[in-house]
Amino acid sequence: MLTILFDGIAYGMLLFILAVGLAVTMGLMNFINLAHGAFAMVGGYITILLMQRAGVPFLVCLPLAFLGAAVLGGVLERTLYRRLYGKPHLDQVLFSIGLTFMAVASVDYFVGSTQQIVQLPEWLKGRTELGEGAWMLGMGHYRLFIIVVCAALTIGLQYVLAKTRFGSRLRASVDDQRVAAGLGINVNVVFFSTFAVGSGLAGLGGALGADVLGMDPSFPLKFMIYFLIVVAVGGTSSITGPLLAAILLGIADVAGKYYIPKLGAFIVYSLMIVILVWRPQGLFVRQGGKA
Amino acid sequence: MNAAGRWRWWELVLWVAALASPFLLSRHALIINEIAIVALFALSLDLILGYTGIVSLGHAAFFGMGAYSAALFAKHVMPDPLVGLLVGIATATVLGAVCSATILRGTDLTRLMVTLGVGLILMELANKLDWLTGGADGLQGVVMGPLLGRFEFDLSGQVASVYSLTVLLLLFVLARRLVQSPFGATLKAIRDNRLRAMAIGIPVSQRLAVIYTVAAGAAGAAGALLAQTTGFASLDVFEFHRSADVMLMLVIGGVGWLYGGIAGAVVFKLMQDVLSNITPQYWTFWIGLFLVVLVLVGRERLVRPWTWFKPAKPAGESKT
Repeated sequence: MLTILFDGIAYGMLLFILAVGLAVTMGLMNFINLAHGAFAMVGGYITILLMQRAGVPFLVCLPLAFLGAAVLGGVLERTLYRRLYGKPHLDQVLFSIGLTFMAVASVDYFVGSTQQIVQLPEWLKGRTELGEGAWMLGMGHYRLFIIVVCAALTIGLQYVLAKTRFGSRLRASVDDQRVAAGLGINVNVVFFSTFAVGSGLAGLGGALGADVLGMDPSFPLKFMIYFLIVVAVGGTSSITGPLLAAILLGIADVAGKYYIPKLGAFIVYSLMIVILVWRPQGLFVRQGGKA
Repeated sequence: MNAAGRWRWWELVLWVAALASPFLLSRHALIINEIAIVALFALSLDLILGYTGIVSLGHAAFFGMGAYSAALFAKHVMPDPLVGLLVGIATATVLGAVCSATILRGTDLTRLMVTLGVGLILMELANKLDWLTGGADGLQGVVMGPLLGRFEFDLSGQVASVYSLTVLLLLFVLARRLVQSPFGATLKAIRDNRLRAMAIGIPVSQRLAVIYTVAAGAAGAAGALLAQTTGFASLDVFEFHRSADVMLMLVIGGVGWLYGGIAGAVVFKLMQDVLSNITPQYWTFWIGLFLVVLVLVGRERLVRPWTWFKPAKPAGESKT
């Protein structure tokens, strides 16, 4: 049972890293970006291709995946996304679905539609077991690695948001864009860097998750709903909300698939609908912020 | 009836041409049938997207519900198409009434998620209940009886396309009547300013629930037509890309006037046909590119080529 909890937490942390960029950009720009999964896919494929074709070690691939996705995100923000801020949500939805379709078809064209396999380094393959009986905790080393990396990233993000000058500018822009701009904060630069970092984090998440989630061209469509659940349930005004939502989702999903495999993803979706009907603004909403 | 509600001459010409098309272009009857079905589907989405502004990414839920219930009804109860169609509409309407409770609150994002979730849940259900629906293999062995007891569904699709076009016409007339009634006027008021609509005493939640239910029923009719004319229902009817495609059709044709869905369906289906002939596997890329260009350039400019080389009008205040 503890093993399931552990796997669920690892899965949830991974989802958090994948979705946190989406949460921040959505809160910041009120932009519904369904193409977020595409950046994660880019990161995953960078890792896979570098490892398979160029033999780059796994740990080196991770920062490269981050960089690649961040650069792509930055370029797209400058050229395409920024024209759509303030447009109706329908336009944003259509635009990002279009981008997703393009990403799926291009990856299919250049790499092929089969699922890619990551060769993990030896030291990540093992498994440690603690305790015994019903309370046995089996920890896959790779999942442990994911939890450690994601926890470090989360603490880092929280630090940046809470303590640094950039963090306070970002929070000010999320709360009220116009007043922030009026106070002399260059909101455009904040948007740009946040979008790039968010895409980069998605890329990193995709690279980390390539083994756990599986990487094939339909990745952005398959996991789009999960990212959106994290954001919609967690709310967009803080990063602790999405974090808790992601862990909850991870545990619910792993436990549901383990105990009641017949129902599959059913539990997660029903839970999401119930939560959203009950609290339409998300579970963890800070009072006083912009809705 | 007011001036906007009157039938214009081109509408009559259009419908006569549409109903004659299966006979004039009998070799293309199958694609005419498909177009009529997706046009009905797009029409139903227009009722909620165009007239109330609810962005739904899960409209395929009702389409699939109609398809599966019509197919199951034909297989296990009786093969008469018209009764089956009514059953399909009825189940989708009931589902719509249940789901309408979920779209009343929250932001665009919440509604997007909830509609998407409903679609995914139904797909999971159809997948897991394989003793009933055939699971991933689809529901096979659906044999339809003759239409009105006289016209057998033929392989060339002539009967099927006339059938679908007639249902499309009937539901179109109903939808038209609905949106031009005082009821429709309150819907537009809700779309344009929900708060103000509430302030002048329009029961917003009730109106939204009713139109959502009606739209679900129409989508169910489209699904039932698909299952009946192809004699098959598979998980494909619930797929996300169906909801996305139908939204694209509607946007091509223009939201908020009922012909938008029909025009969009024609353009989209022909485009899909041409593109998938050129690149069978990668045509979604071009659909995606088209979507991106459509949004960036703006639909208004894209469908009016003569404005391409004029300077753009100064943009007004963006809507908040």
